[in-house]
Amino acid sequence: MYGSRLQTLAIASVVTLAGGFALAAFYAPMDADQGFMQKIFYLHVPLAIVALGGFVFGAYQAVQHLRTGDPSRDLKSYVAIHMSLILGIGALVTGSIWARASWGKWWVWDEPTLVAFLIIFLLYCTYQPLRFSIEDRDRQARYASVFAVTAGVFTPLNFLAVRLADPLIHPRTLDSQDNLPGEMRLAFLVCLLGMALLYVTLWKFELTHKHARAQLRSLKRKLGAADAARGRSAAPEATVS
Amino acid sequence: MSDNLPDNGGYVAAAYLVFPALVLIYVAIMAIRLSRLERDLAQLNEAADRPAPDEVAEPREEVRAT
Amino acid sequence: MGRAVSALLRKELRLELRTPQVIPAMALFGVTTLVIFHFSLQRDTVEGDLAAGVLVVTLLFAAMLGINRLFVADHEEGGFDGFLLAPVDRTAMLVAKALALTGFLVVVELLLVPAFGFLLLGPAMTFELLWKVAAILLLADAGVAIVGTLVGALAIQTRARDLIVPLIGLPLLVPVVIGAAKALAPALDAAGAGALPGRWLAILGLYDLVFGLVAYAVFDFLLED
Repeated sequence: MYGSRLQTLAIASVVTLAGGFALAAFYAPMDADQGFMQKIFYLHVPLAIVALGGFVFGAYQAVQHLRTGDPSRDLKSYVAIHMSLILGIGALVTGSIWARASWGKWWVWDEPTLVAFLIIFLLYCTYQPLRFSIEDRDRQARYASVFAVTAGVFTPLNFLAVRLADPLIHPRTLDSQDNLPGEMRLAFLVCLLGMALLYVTLWKFELTHKHARAQLRSLKRKLGAADAARGRSAAPEATVS
Repeated sequence: MSDNLPDNGGYVAAAYLVFPALVLIYVAIMAIRLSRLERDLAQLNEAADRPAPDEVAEPREEVRAT
Repeated sequence: MGRAVSALLRKELRLELRTPQVIPAMALFGVTTLVIFHFSLQRDTVEGDLAAGVLVVTLLFAAMLGINRLFVADHEEGGFDGFLLAPVDRTAMLVAKALALTGFLVVVELLLVPAFGFLLLGPAMTFELLWKVAAILLLADAGVAIVGTLVGALAIQTRARDLIVPLIGLPLLVPVVIGAAKALAPALDAAGAGALPGRWLAILGLYDLVFGLVAYAVFDFLLED
């Protein structure tokens, strides 16, 4: 059952995330350069890190899918990438707002982290169209996994290339963890943990929904009720277990 | 934005609004899917109350066996 | 495996020699793109990073044409079925296709780089400059060929392959674009060719290596059934 421990996870993520944001607002000191604006950091960076982690997690599930042929792994990979895309939108929008606040422009090309993230986001945006354009379900699952593995490997490589491409003129939020004061780092880590918990919660939530729907459909078939013809879909079907 | 907020507070507020907005959009989508699930379940419930004629015999035999 | 690869490679080359389709199309498209760059940039000559960008983009878009066509013959004429029936390692297909695509790219570049030097490039084409450009482009070609083979094989079974190839291929090739453009910029500089930037060649080499391994690991799954 995918739904087990969903409640605990949901409560844990709400508590951690709320605690992290509270720490960010009241406990962490004001940034010397950026002032109040720097508070976006506690939302934007965890969003981006968790989204990237989710892509890599999706690649891991895809590897398992290719190795074992277990269709539930494909479903997990699909949902992981799906959730990462949602968080990715959040990371791009908050990053853009931050750029506007600190450099006066909605988009800056010399912020390599943002640019690298955009490229990865654009790549993953093709995941669903790719799935949708393959009719055979087995092949859809297999090809999607090949894509997920390739894109998962691409993620760190792309960061390396884009980062090197620009001279380091802006403060690196990720590298600068050693020069983050202890209070800031604590708040940041709690926010990151909360975001990761939220991601896992949403991932399990979506999986539970897909599983419930698959079970309902199978029950319908057993009771002989008219099963609505299932059209072509990008989403993999959950297996009833 | 507000007078109580320090400089550029509006941007911070906007960024922190984006996040709940995203989550709420997700909740709305899940709500639509949930209502669809509910409708399907209701249909199933009805179908279970009025079994199809050719399936009538089966449940009775099970009842006798138990 | 060596024999299977050489047989497949010979098949590709013979196909292209008998009815030249891909290479002329790529070359023509490339030259047209150079002309379009001349008008859209409104420049008679380019140099430095602008020249590097123009050359890389032209070659990349020409490569997209080749990637789109790479598996079409196998898909339509049953080449896949024949290959899958043969008792050979499936990686042979990957190696042969990547080599064939590299070959096509090299031939196209042999035409396009002189055309670029003739039509747009500001600094004169010296032997030293050509040697540097060739080294950088070879590394870039390897990356384009590996990723192109992977994406081409991925897209051929989909209903919208002409859309899928650029949509997946272009973002995947961004590191190659960055590496090649950064490495080419000093070589094409008007002030006299700078040294080859080792860092960018290393990035290109790393990219080729990593994606070579990835393609080796996952390519089999694209041929199953």
